[in-house]
Amino acid sequence: MPPLLEVRDLNKAYPDGWTLKDVSFAVEEREVFGLLGPSGCGKTTLLRLIAGLEMPDRGQIVLRGRDVTRMAPHRRGFGLMFQEYALFPHKDVAGNVAFGLRMAGLDRATTEARVAETLTLVGLQGFGQRDVSQLSGGERQRVALARSLAPEPRLLMLDEPLGALDRTLRERLMDELPEILHESGVTVITVTHDQEEAFAISDRVALLRAGEIVQSGSPQALYRNPDSTWVARFLGLTNLVNARVVGSHRVETSLGILEVQGTGRALDRDGLEAQLLIRPEAARMSDAGPNRLELQVVDRSFRGMHWQLDARHESGVVLNFTFSAGVDLPASGETFGLSLNPKALTLLRNDDGHGKREGD
Amino acid sequence: MRSSIQEDQEGGRNDGWTVGFASSSLFRPLMYALLISFLVLFYFYPLAAILRLSFFPEGQLSLEPLTALFRTSRYLRILWFTVWQAALSTLLTVALALPACYVFARYDFPGKSVIRALTTVPFVLPTMVVSLAFTAFLGPRGLLNAALMQILRLEQPPLELQHTVFIILLAHVFYNYTLVLRIVGEYWANLSSQLEEAARMLGAGRWRAIREITLPLLLPSIGAAALLVFVFDFTSFGVILVLGGPRFATLEVAIYRQTVHYLNLPLAAALSVVQILFTFVLMAVYTRLQAARSLPVELRSRQATQRRPQGWREKLLVVGNVMLMLLMLVLPLLALVQRSLTLGGSLSFGYYRALFSNPRGSAFYVPPVTAVRNSVTFALATVAISVALGLVAASLLERRGHGSSSRRWDGGTDRGDGSWLRAAWGRLRGGLDPILMLPLGTSAVTLGLGYIVALDEPPLDLRTSPLLVILAHTLVALPFVVRSVLPALRSIQPQLREAAAVMGASRWLVWREVDLPIVARAVIVGAVFAFTVSMGEFGATSLIARPERPTMPVAIFRFLGRPGTINYGQALAMSTLLMLVCTAGFLAIERFRVGGREEF
Repeated sequence: MPPLLEVRDLNKAYPDGWTLKDVSFAVEEREVFGLLGPSGCGKTTLLRLIAGLEMPDRGQIVLRGRDVTRMAPHRRGFGLMFQEYALFPHKDVAGNVAFGLRMAGLDRATTEARVAETLTLVGLQGFGQRDVSQLSGGERQRVALARSLAPEPRLLMLDEPLGALDRTLRERLMDELPEILHESGVTVITVTHDQEEAFAISDRVALLRAGEIVQSGSPQALYRNPDSTWVARFLGLTNLVNARVVGSHRVETSLGILEVQGTGRALDRDGLEAQLLIRPEAARMSDAGPNRLELQVVDRSFRGMHWQLDARHESGVVLNFTFSAGVDLPASGETFGLSLNPKALTLLRNDDGHGKREGD
Repeated sequence: MRSSIQEDQEGGRNDGWTVGFASSSLFRPLMYALLISFLVLFYFYPLAAILRLSFFPEGQLSLEPLTALFRTSRYLRILWFTVWQAALSTLLTVALALPACYVFARYDFPGKSVIRALTTVPFVLPTMVVSLAFTAFLGPRGLLNAALMQILRLEQPPLELQHTVFIILLAHVFYNYTLVLRIVGEYWANLSSQLEEAARMLGAGRWRAIREITLPLLLPSIGAAALLVFVFDFTSFGVILVLGGPRFATLEVAIYRQTVHYLNLPLAAALSVVQILFTFVLMAVYTRLQAARSLPVELRSRQATQRRPQGWREKLLVVGNVMLMLLMLVLPLLALVQRSLTLGGSLSFGYYRALFSNPRGSAFYVPPVTAVRNSVTFALATVAISVALGLVAASLLERRGHGSSSRRWDGGTDRGDGSWLRAAWGRLRGGLDPILMLPLGTSAVTLGLGYIVALDEPPLDLRTSPLLVILAHTLVALPFVVRSVLPALRSIQPQLREAAAVMGASRWLVWREVDLPIVARAVIVGAVFAFTVSMGEFGATSLIARPERPTMPVAIFRFLGRPGTINYGQALAMSTLLMLVCTAGFLAIERFRVGGREEF
C-alpha cells in the first residue's frame, strides 16, 4: 500500500527571490510528522501547498497514490489549523466546530453529537454556546483543534499549534496534544520552529532549512546523529571544533588528539577535515579514562534536574556540558580534569556556510 | 451648574495629566455654551421655523399643509420616485463597487494608492460639477455623442440620455462609488484572509466560503455604506435638477421648486418635514450599524492580507476592475475639461474668456468671474468660523473619552454630593457627538428653506446679509471639521503626555510639543474640507444667495437656464475651474491627513 501522503520534488519560487527547493517526503497513515525549522524556512508555505491554498511551480502532491496537486482545497479532505486559529468570529464555539460537518452535509443530530464528542476530546465540554471572543488563548487553541478534527480529515496539518500560547500552557498542551492526536487516530503534519515542541509531538521530524529538507528521522535519531553542523547547532548542540582524521578513530583538534567512537562520518581516511561534535553529556568528572582534558570553569548554573557548566580549554575553546544534579562541581575559576566519552563524540560535515541566505 | 464646575475642578486635580490645557475653570462651560447657542440659533431654530410653518401656518395648529400633500397623488409620486431612484442607485453602486472592494482588499498592485486617491475625487466634487461632467460626457452635445456622430456619420446624437433616469443613476454611482470602496474595502482589507481559507479547508467551496464567512462578516459594513449612499441619493438635488430636467423631482427638488418658483412656503415646509423624518430615521439606523461594525472581529494589518495577483485570472480581475473604475470615474471629468476647451470644433479658451465679460442681457448683472471671488470669500469666512467652532467641539468631545478612562484608573472620584450633577453634565456631553452630526443628515435645501423662513425678520433679519450663506456653509462644513480633528486629538495617548511630563515638560509645554504638531495637521485637513464644502455647496446656497452675489455653483446653474452654446460653454468652463479647486483641495487633504482611519 502506498503511503498516505507523498510530496515529490515540490518547488515554489516567489517574486522576492525566496524559494522552496525539491522538497520530498512521505507520511504514513496515523503518523505524526513534524516539520522543524527556523522562521522563514518555508514551513508554512509547504503546508499551504499541501493544503492546496497555493500552487507549486513544480512537483506533485500524491494522496494514496493519486495525484492531488491541482485539486481544490475543499475537495482534498485535509484539515489545517492556522497559527492564529482563524476562528469564525460570527459563530459560537459549537458553530465553529460544526462548520466542517455542515459542509460535509451531515444531518443535524449527527452534527450535534459529533460536536459534543469532539469538544469533550479537547476538554471543552459545555463550551458550545460560548462566544469565541470570550475565550482565553488556550481555549481558542482547543476550539481550533476541535474544529479541524471534527470532520475527521484524512490528514491534519498544524501550523505552529502551540506558538501563540504562554509558557505554562504550552508545557501542558505539549503533553496533551499527542494524546488527543493519537486518540483520534488522525494522520498529522505539524510545523514548528520550536525543537522541544516538534520532538514532543512528532513520531518523525524533518528539518527544513531555507526551503530544503536537510535531515529527517525520529526525534531520537536526529538528536543522536545530526549529520551536519547546521543541524547540530539548530538542535542546540554547540560544542563544535575543527578536526582532522589522523588514524583509525583518532582525530587531531585544538584540544589535542581525541578518540572518537560515535556514529558519524567514516574515519578511515587520513587527513579528512571535518567538525567534531562534543555532546554536552559527554563529560565525566574523572582523572582516569580516555580523552582527558584540563579545563577552567567559566560559569556554572544549577538547573534543578542538572548542572550547566561552561569551561575554557587552554587553547581558548569554550565548551559547555551538563552534569547530573548529584555531581559536585568545582567553583568558578577553578581548574579541573575530566574525560570525554568517545561514544559521545561525532564527526560532522561542515555546512555552516552552505545554502545560507538573507533572512535565515 | 456651579457645583458641577467645582466637582470638575476637583476631578481635574485627581485626573492629573489627562486634563487638557483648555479645561480649567470657566473656559469649558463657556465654550460649550458658545457651541450650543450656534447650533440652536442656526440649526434648530430654522428647523423649528419649518415645523411651525408646516403645522401652524396661520398661527394655530393645522394639518392642512401636510394633508394637502396626500390629497393628490402628485407628492406621493414624488416621494415614491425619491425612494426608488435612491434604492436603485444604491443597489447599482454597491453591486459595481463590491468587486473593486475585493480587488483593493486582497491584492497589491502598482499604482494602487494613486487609483484609490483618484476614485475619491468625485465624492468631493460639487454636484454642479458632476452634473456638468455628465452632460459633457453623455449629453446631446457630450463627448460620447460627438464621437459617435463622427464615427457613424450621423446627423443627430444617437444617445438620448439627458433627462432620463439612467443618467441620474450613473451620476449617483459616480458620486458614491468611493464611499462603498472606502467603507467596505478598508474593512475587508483588515479582515484576515485566513478565515476564508479556514472555511475552504473545512470543505467549503470558493463561493460557499464567501457566502458563509466573508459576506456575513462584511454585512454590517456593506449595510453602513449602502445606508450612507442611500441617504445621499435620497437627498440628491443638483444632479436631479440638472440631469433629470423638468420631468423628474425628488423631495429635495420639489422643496426647491415650491420655494423658488411658486413661493409656496407652507407646502415646501411640509415637504421638508417628510424629508427630515426620513433622513433622521436613516441616520439613526446608520449609527446603529456603525456600532455593530466595530465589534469583535480580529483585524489584521494589510500586509498580512494582501498579495500580488498571480495567474491570468487574478490579473484580469484586477485590471478589469481598475479599467472600469477609470472609465466610470475619470472619463466624465476628462469630458468636462475637453468640452470646456472646445469651441466650434477646435481647442480654445473662448469660454473661459467669456467669463470675464458682461454682455448686455446675460445671466448676470456683473461679470461672471465675480462669482469666483464671491465663492472664495464665502469659503474663507466659512473656514475661519467652522475651524474655530470645530476645535471647540472636538476638544469638548475628546475630554469625554479621557475622563472615562481616567475614572477607571482611580476608581472613586464619583463620590459625595453633586455626583448626579456630574452625571447630568456627562450625559449632556455624551449627546453632543450625535447632535453635531445632525447637520450632515439634514438636506441642504431644507436648511436653506429654514433660513429663509426663520432668519428673515427681527430680531434676526439676515435676508440681505452675506452672512446667511456663510452660516449655512459653516453648518454643513462643521461635521467634517470635527471628524477631521477629533481622531487626531484622540490619537494623542495619555502615555505620550505622561512621557513628556515625566521628562519635565510643563503642562503648556506638553501641549505645544505633543498636542499642537499632531492637531495642526488635522486642522489643516479640516480647513481644506470646509473650504471645498463651501466652494461646492449648492442646495442651501441656491435658495439663500442674493441674485447679485452668486457663488460659482449658482452661476453654473444660471448659465444652464439660458439657451445658447456660449452659456453652456461658460457653465463648462466654470465647472472645470471649480473642479480644479476642489481636486487641489482634496490632494491637500490626502497630503496632510494624519495616519489612521477616517470616521465617516
